[in-house]
Amino acid sequence: MSTPLIETRELKKYFKTSKGMLHAVDGVNLSISAGSTLGVVGESGCGKSTLGRTILRLIEPTSGEILYNGQNIAAYNTRQMLSIRKEMQIIFQDPFSSLNPRMSVRDIIAEPIRVCKLCHSNAEINQRVDRLMDTVGLASRFENAYPHELDGGRRQRIGIARALAVEPKFIVCDEPVSALDVSIQAQILNLLMDLQENMGLTYMFITHDLSVVKHISNEIAVMYLGQCVERVASERLFENPLHPYTKALLSAIPIPKLMPRERGAGVIKGEVSNPIDPKPGCRFAARCPLASARCQEEDLHLIEAEPGHFVACTLYTGGAK
Amino acid sequence: MEEPILKIQDLHVVYRTDESTVYAVNGLNLELFSGETLGLVGETGAGKTTTALSIMGLLPEKIGKVTEGSIVLDGTDVLSATDADMRLLRGSTVSMIFQDPMTSLNPTIPVGDQIGEVLHLHRRDISRAELAAGVDKILEMVGIPAGRKGDYPHQFSGGMKQRIVIAIALACEPKLLLADEPTTALDVTIQAQVLDMMSELKEKLNTSMVLITHDLGVVAQTCDKVAIMYAGEIIEFGTAEDIFNGEKRHPYTEGLFGSIPDLTKRTRRLSPIEGLMPDPTDLPKGCKFHDRCPNCMEICRTTVPPEVQTESHLIRCHLMAETSEGGAIR
Repeated sequence: MSTPLIETRELKKYFKTSKGMLHAVDGVNLSISAGSTLGVVGESGCGKSTLGRTILRLIEPTSGEILYNGQNIAAYNTRQMLSIRKEMQIIFQDPFSSLNPRMSVRDIIAEPIRVCKLCHSNAEINQRVDRLMDTVGLASRFENAYPHELDGGRRQRIGIARALAVEPKFIVCDEPVSALDVSIQAQILNLLMDLQENMGLTYMFITHDLSVVKHISNEIAVMYLGQCVERVASERLFENPLHPYTKALLSAIPIPKLMPRERGAGVIKGEVSNPIDPKPGCRFAARCPLASARCQEEDLHLIEAEPGHFVACTLYTGGAK
Repeated sequence: MEEPILKIQDLHVVYRTDESTVYAVNGLNLELFSGETLGLVGETGAGKTTTALSIMGLLPEKIGKVTEGSIVLDGTDVLSATDADMRLLRGSTVSMIFQDPMTSLNPTIPVGDQIGEVLHLHRRDISRAELAAGVDKILEMVGIPAGRKGDYPHQFSGGMKQRIVIAIALACEPKLLLADEPTTALDVTIQAQVLDMMSELKEKLNTSMVLITHDLGVVAQTCDKVAIMYAGEIIEFGTAEDIFNGEKRHPYTEGLFGSIPDLTKRTRRLSPIEGLMPDPTDLPKGCKFHDRCPNCMEICRTTVPPEVQTESHLIRCHLMAETSEGGAIR
C-alpha cells in the first residue's frame, strides 16, 4: 500500500459551551492514501463536518496530529500553512451560501488564483479560468453571471472549479450533492469521479447518504458522536457490517426496489444523545440493541476484527480484556 | 365502484408575478381512494407542492391561481368552496404536513397548546378536561410522552418536532393526509422511525395519504400507487408494482432510477439525465421532456404525447404509443 497523503492521530476538537465541553471530534485516527477516496458517513451532529474542517485547519484542533505527506501540519504556523493551503481545498455543501453573491462567476473562480499568486498576468488568469470552466462543464456564456442567476447544479460546479483553481492534491467534499436533485446529483458525482481519475485527486467525501458514499469511496469511516466506530474498504462494509450502529444505518436506507415490507424491522429506537461531556464507554450503548454492562465501563478503541476491517465495539474485543 | 376520496381533473395552476407567468401545473388528473397511499414523485419545480397547496386551497393569494380544472375532495368542490367551508374542511377532512418541521411550528406556544388548537377549532363545545385528555392521547400516539406537552418547539429535536407536526395533522383524524417531503430534513435512522410510525397511524385511522417526495426509496417502502411528475404534468402513473417492476417506463422515470447509486450493484458511472428542468415560464412545445430525452423523436418536439394506458399503468410518451399496439390511447 502506498504511503498515506493524509493521516490523523488522536485528533480531537472540543468546543467550549455554556453547558460544558462539546466533544465534536473525539480521538479520530484515519489515513487516506494518495489518489483514493475516504467516505465519512454519519448522522447530523456526529462531527463529520468538524472533522473535515479541522483536517484543513479551518478550525484549530484541540489536540492530536494531522499528517500531510508525513508532516504534522497541526504544528505549522500561519506562513507555513499558507504555503500548503493551495494543496488542500474544500467544496461546501450549500452552493447557495458558499458563493459571494456580489461576485461574477469569473471573479469567484479567479479569486484563489489571485490570492495564491499563481499567475502573473490577467491574460494568464483569464485563460486558466476558461480552462477550469470547461473542465467542470460550465458554458462560457455564464462567465459574467452572478450566482443567483444559476441553478444549484451549476452553482456547485462553480464551487468545484474554485476548489480546483489552485491545483490541489487533496479536497474535502463536505456533502457536495445533498442539496441537489437526484438527476443533478448524479451529474456532479460523475464529474467528481472523472476529475479524480484525470488529475489524481485525493478526496475525503463527507455525506450522510450511504448509497452515495458506497458509489464514490474506496474506504468508508462510520462516525457516531465524534468517534469513528468502523473503518473498512467500501465493498466490505456493505457485505459485512460489524458495528451495530452501521447495521442499523444500513437497514434504515430506503431502497428503491419493491420488497416485502416488514414493519419496524431494524429500526433503532431513540436519538443521538448529547455530545456535551459524554459519559465514558461506548457512545452508542444507549440505543444499541446488543448493549451489555461492559459497554458502559471501558472506553473503546478501533481494533482489527478482520484484516483491514476496524471496529470499535465490545462484541469484537473477545471475552477477557 | 366506490367514490374516490380525492378526484382532480385537468388541473392548471399558474403563478402570476409582475415579470412573468409561471406555469406550475399543466393538466393534472388524479384519483385517490380511501386507505390508499399515493407517492407523488418529481424533482424541484415539478409542481408537486403546488398540487398539494391547490387541494388545501392554500395557494398564495393573488399570485397563485387555478385557471382550469376541478378538485373534488370527499364530495366537496374545493375550488368553489367559500373560505369558511375550507376552514372546516382543513384539519377534519384534509391535513397537510410540511417539509420543514423547524418552521411549521409556532416557536412561542407550547406544543400541547398547538395540538389543542386544532381540536378546539373543530369541536367548539369541547370541555377543558376533554381537550387535555385529547392532547395527551395524540401525543402518546406519535410516541412523545404526554408530560412534555408544556415544552416549546425548540426543546425538541428535529425528529420529535416532525412527530408533533404529524400529531397536529392527525388530531381530528382527517380522511386525507398530504405529506410534503415529511422526512427529507431528517437523518436516515430517524426517517425510518417516522415513516414507520406514519404507516402505522395511517392504517389505524384508515387515512388516505399523498406522499410528496423525490426519494424513490421512500416510495418503494410506503406507497401503493405512484405518480411521476415532470414540469407540471403526471408523465407516468401506476401501482408501485408497475413503476418498480414494470417492463416499460417513461424515459424520465428511467433516468430517475439511473441517477440513484445502486447499493446492490457495482457501477462505476451513474447514468444521469442530461440537462435541466425546463423553465416553467417558457415551457417547450410538444413533450416537455423532449430536450433531455435520450429517445427524442421528431414528433416529440411538436405534439403533446398521448396517455397510453395498459391496465393500471399509464405512460405519457410517444414511444409507448408507437410500440404498444394493445394499449388503449386515451
